[in-house]
Amino acid sequence: MSLQVENLTVYYQTLKGDVHALEGASFGIVDGEIMGLAGESGCGKTTFGQSLIFLHPPMKLVKGRVTLDNVELPIGDMERMNDFRFKKISIVPQYAMNAMNPTRKIGKMTAELLMSRNVDFQTLLPELKRRLDLVKLSYDVLNMYPIELSGGMKQRMVMVLSTLLNPSLLIADEITSALDVSSQKAVAEMLVEFRNKGYCKSVIVITHDISVLYEIADTILIMYAGQLAEKASSDIIMFAPLHPYTKMLISTLPEVGVRYADKRLTGIPGGPPLLLNPPVGCRFRERCPLAFEKCIEAPPFIETGKNHFVACWKAGA
Amino acid sequence: MRRYFERKLFIYILTFVLAVTIDWLIPRFMPGNPIQILISRAGLKAESAKLLYSYYMRAFGLDVPVWRQYLNFWIALFHGDFGISIWLFPQPVIQIIMRAVPFDVLLLLPAILLSWLAGNKFGAYAARSKWLDNTISPLGYILTATPYMWLGIMLGWLFGVILHVLPFSGAYSYSMMPSFSWAFVGSLLQHWILPFASLFLVMFGGWAIGMRNMIIYELEADYSHYLEALGAPRKLVRNYAFRNALLPQITGLALQLGVIVGGALVTEIVFSYPGIGYLTLQAIQNHDFFLLQGCFLFVIIGVLLANFAIDIAYVLLDPRTRAGMQGEG
Amino acid sequence: MPQPRKKNEILYFVLRNAKLRIGVAVVFLFVVLALVGPLLTKYQPRDYVAPGVQPPSSEFWFGTTSFGEDVFTQFVYGLRATFIVGLIGGGLGTLIGILIGFIAGYRGGIVDEILNMFTNIVLVVPSLVVLLIIAAYLEVRGLLFESVFIGFFAWPWAARAIRSQTFSLRSRDFVDLARLSGMKPLKIIITEIAPNMMSYLLLVFILQFGGAILTAATLDFIGLGPTNGVSLGLMMNNAVIYGALILRMWWWFIPPGLAITAIVGGLYITNVGLDEIFNPKLREM
Repeated sequence: MSLQVENLTVYYQTLKGDVHALEGASFGIVDGEIMGLAGESGCGKTTFGQSLIFLHPPMKLVKGRVTLDNVELPIGDMERMNDFRFKKISIVPQYAMNAMNPTRKIGKMTAELLMSRNVDFQTLLPELKRRLDLVKLSYDVLNMYPIELSGGMKQRMVMVLSTLLNPSLLIADEITSALDVSSQKAVAEMLVEFRNKGYCKSVIVITHDISVLYEIADTILIMYAGQLAEKASSDIIMFAPLHPYTKMLISTLPEVGVRYADKRLTGIPGGPPLLLNPPVGCRFRERCPLAFEKCIEAPPFIETGKNHFVACWKAGA
Repeated sequence: MRRYFERKLFIYILTFVLAVTIDWLIPRFMPGNPIQILISRAGLKAESAKLLYSYYMRAFGLDVPVWRQYLNFWIALFHGDFGISIWLFPQPVIQIIMRAVPFDVLLLLPAILLSWLAGNKFGAYAARSKWLDNTISPLGYILTATPYMWLGIMLGWLFGVILHVLPFSGAYSYSMMPSFSWAFVGSLLQHWILPFASLFLVMFGGWAIGMRNMIIYELEADYSHYLEALGAPRKLVRNYAFRNALLPQITGLALQLGVIVGGALVTEIVFSYPGIGYLTLQAIQNHDFFLLQGCFLFVIIGVLLANFAIDIAYVLLDPRTRAGMQGEG
Repeated sequence: MPQPRKKNEILYFVLRNAKLRIGVAVVFLFVVLALVGPLLTKYQPRDYVAPGVQPPSSEFWFGTTSFGEDVFTQFVYGLRATFIVGLIGGGLGTLIGILIGFIAGYRGGIVDEILNMFTNIVLVVPSLVVLLIIAAYLEVRGLLFESVFIGFFAWPWAARAIRSQTFSLRSRDFVDLARLSGMKPLKIIITEIAPNMMSYLLLVFILQFGGAILTAATLDFIGLGPTNGVSLGLMMNNAVIYGALILRMWWWFIPPGLAITAIVGGLYITNVGLDEIFNPKLREM
């Protein structure tokens, strides 16, 4: 197991109270796995990704344990976590377009960042250039300011930068959403190639676009309102999901291969609950067609088939 | 880059032309014979008044067409001819102003630059911890809200009258003649401290507050969070944030110039410091409108030059403007 | 879209923001003093009430000037003038800034170019010096006149700020929608853009208010303020001219300067408090 998450609970502190953004998440990722993490916006995906690497205020670790390569990550300790960041666990953030300091040349910024982590820039330079070749960026970008790069170029540059120290786990947060369709595909494929070449052992791809996940992810984890709903291989999630929320989510997708066809999205009726005072039990209860009395208790996230985890009382029954 | 400077230069030239035009128009707006009114108000001796009257009748050239008068005004300007002072008759206005300019440079340049540097430094410190923020920020707000002249009065009262340690009037001791002696330089410095301090302190407050707010904004920016997520030490993140927060502070300096000029004016008045500000007051009190016109033009020129210097500094410090400009051609 | 929940939230932050409470309290205190003060004194600002150079006493709370005028009376009437200048000058500066900012930001193109250039010119010219020249040529000047002129030269930075805000709002969906539905530009600005900038405009007004007070104090101090009546700046001017420093008449020059500092400082702190309420990003720290 590369990554093991146990009962991770992270709240957002606001002046009006805690927002229960992530509640009791437990799952694992094996070496080499690309796991997609999907759900509606506001379901806690990004909080989840952030909490693994950069759990900063107003986020607050309530409980839970995270181990990476059998070492426990001190995710709640900003200082001690620094030893792991970049080297063992890294991130391509949602805001990759603005992730680089606008007033520093990219090469210089990279060198300063590496130096601050006690890594020698010159020894890494040949490898950096190899990877720039791989993502089809010219070496000139190192001599440029971020403003001189296009959106797609910045995205690729940040991907190269984030994985430069070959982390065990890479968190890729919405890396395709700001791009046009053709660049989306290219970036997604690059991510797979990064994994294949060992630039990162395993990857968590956070997105709201499940069709992208189907193309690149080995497994998909579905979240709803701060809770894990279902995790299984991509094929099972797409064609044989068990959780009612997953089913609804998949049914709203245009059929694979006919993206953006004139079939209208039906959408899911209702909206997710507010996480400031979340309802007890299964949070999907109110929108769920199968809901019954027992749903007042939160269903456990259990393995119903091989590597297929579901949190629903009705699943498998 | 050239295009950028051409645009700026165009604005500055336009501003200058406009300022000169206002300067030319104002006395002509006055009802009746402006020269007669001006000179009679000044209360000169009969023969000086007559001399001055004939001089200005010629200079104004009221008998030639208006466009010709305007042109003559410009021509005289480029010859450094600002007319003759009424108050210090018969000295030329330009001479009087040139005597004042060094004092302005001596007072304003260090006050502006040092307060900007120190304010930015302290503002960045304030963003470091709650404790520093709670001490530096309120102080900054109080200082920046203080009217320049009041701080000047208070400093003069405290150090000049109560403690009796520093002089608070003039630029050097009245018993001395300007010379390159140590005694004179010492006296010059002593007289310089209080006006400098009041200008410095008020401006310092503004810059410290500005930097504190800007740097908090920058520390919350995406690039800061990315660096932190990759485990970069606080020092590097702060360093980047500070550098980026300096840029809007440079723009702020240009925006503040007008206010600073006003502050310098009243500070000079409080301390009877013989710069252009003090001269302006003398011109007003003695109804010397030609001296006033000259002071006005010199202030405008000074502000335009300062603006231009700030533009250059900005382009040198912000790579984005340079990068963007290359693209434009 | 003003939802009740959102309103409550704003009110909640208003009540628990210490900066806002302090700032508003200070400004309010002086507003009350300006309103009530003149009723507490039986003199006029320029009345000879007692032999001069008297320190504060139970009879003359703030002492008397060299000419035997009551400093307290001058002070409270001066406060009134200060708030009038702030209100009119700051209000006018904000209004012109809004007008030019909205038009430039909404229309864009050549209109924006021209207005922008005009703004830059007025911005570069040190407004105080222009005011000074104008005031110097006028024999008689009133408070209203001073306020209006201050407003006329104070708007450029506000126009610039509002322009860029309008610019970013202009391309939002709801504005596009309004445009598509055939709404007139003026109506779009009033019904779609302005309400979304209300908080921002309030901040601009507060800063303009404080700025107008400081500018007026400067003009008055030079002796180019209103030729009738008193002001806080004029009190400081008189104090300096008639040797209050050397005579150690601190009661003459401390109250007016302190009041201006407190009012303007209170306004600035109110501004920061409001900013923290409107921009949640600044609430932490």
